[in-house]
Amino acid sequence: MDPITFLTQILAPALWKGLIVTVALVVLTAPFGLLLGTGLALGRQYGGRALSTACSGYIVFFKGCPLLLLLFILYFGLPSLGLTLPAFTAAVIGFILCNAAYNSEYIQGAVASIKDGQMTAAQALGMTRAQAIKSIILPQAMRRAIPGLSNEFIYLIKYSSLAYMITVVELTGAAKIAATRYFMFNESFFAVGIVYLALVTLTTYAVGRLEQRVAIPGMGVKT
Amino acid sequence: MEILSVLLEWGPYLLGGIAITLGLTISALALGFCLGLPLALGQVYGSRPVRSLIAVYVWFFRGLPTLILLFLFYFGVFPALGLDFSAFVIGATVLGLRGAAYQSQIFRAGIQSVAEGQMTAALSLGMTRWEAVQCIIIPQALRISLPGWSNEYPELLTDSAVCYAIGVAELMTRTSQIVSVTYMTMPIYIACALIFIALNYGGMRVIRKAEERFAIPGFGGKAVQP
Repeated sequence: MDPITFLTQILAPALWKGLIVTVALVVLTAPFGLLLGTGLALGRQYGGRALSTACSGYIVFFKGCPLLLLLFILYFGLPSLGLTLPAFTAAVIGFILCNAAYNSEYIQGAVASIKDGQMTAAQALGMTRAQAIKSIILPQAMRRAIPGLSNEFIYLIKYSSLAYMITVVELTGAAKIAATRYFMFNESFFAVGIVYLALVTLTTYAVGRLEQRVAIPGMGVKT
Repeated sequence: MEILSVLLEWGPYLLGGIAITLGLTISALALGFCLGLPLALGQVYGSRPVRSLIAVYVWFFRGLPTLILLFLFYFGVFPALGLDFSAFVIGATVLGLRGAAYQSQIFRAGIQSVAEGQMTAALSLGMTRWEAVQCIIIPQALRISLPGWSNEYPELLTDSAVCYAIGVAELMTRTSQIVSVTYMTMPIYIACALIFIALNYGGMRVIRKAEERFAIPGFGGKAVQP
């Protein structure tokens, strides 16, 4: 089969299907990763000793354990404990657990960078601690965390390729299957590489725009 | 405990895997350093075509997932070039090339944070540009970059597990082999995770010690830990 026919007839439709799965993985992971990450950061910053130790322990484990191993634990390991997850679900859960650990580091750094006086002032105005965190601290901290969080989002796009290792046929899987069947390795992997580069470049541009959109003039969000 | 006897039995095999994982990580770090520093210098001091070429390199290697790069080089580039290297060499090369792209950005920031006046001063003392870069800029830039550079170690360590996909017999690969032989899944996976975490934090302690050694008192080489 000549490369042109391969690219247009075989690879392009396969990659399109894979792209949908990759986007689904990323879109399902990101919000929960952000939520869990915020919870971990707040737990570490404001929680009691037990809670903050637990949150730190979580971060040590999930940052230290390779994502591939985590996916294996969820997909191949859990069935031995009687819990069988579909591959796609296992991948999303793995990504959320890992993404949250990294996100929480950025959010915690941002929360810690908001001056203590703001919390004191909010409480002096009669706000509870929770209200102050929700309405005063987080809106500022999240803006400061955006550069780190968007970096992490781009990492997520890239490591979503590991889902293929637990049989989810996303972009990488689609390319690998086509490459092996038709023996077109360079063509397949370069093509899928271009798709990833396009995804990453577009996302970089989009998060740059988002950063500008949510910036508050004078608050020094831009570094 | 069954797991203990299994771990005792397979201990040497796992230890070999640890050695290969560390080998991958350290050779990738070294390759990334040897390539990343020239890339950074080229990006700061190079002519316009050099700078754009390096920017493309960095964009390519930072934009692609490790898994894709491994597949591309293992199944595509190396065989197409007629090179028959072992999976370990290909894995270390890919991780190193990718690491170089990341490291170049760390070194570039370090070089750019050395005040410009130092170059001017060096030139006015009769040094050539290259001498100034070599003796004045690089020694300071490297120290400034060190904290950021150390973070490459855990990145590469966890990334090295992806080399499982091309069959390098490192820790991850050996773990799944043991799982498929012994049919014990969870305990062995957890043991492997704990080994990775120990390697991660143990390695970081060594690196932080090295950072303290290279620090010059009073010179702000120690930056905030992220």
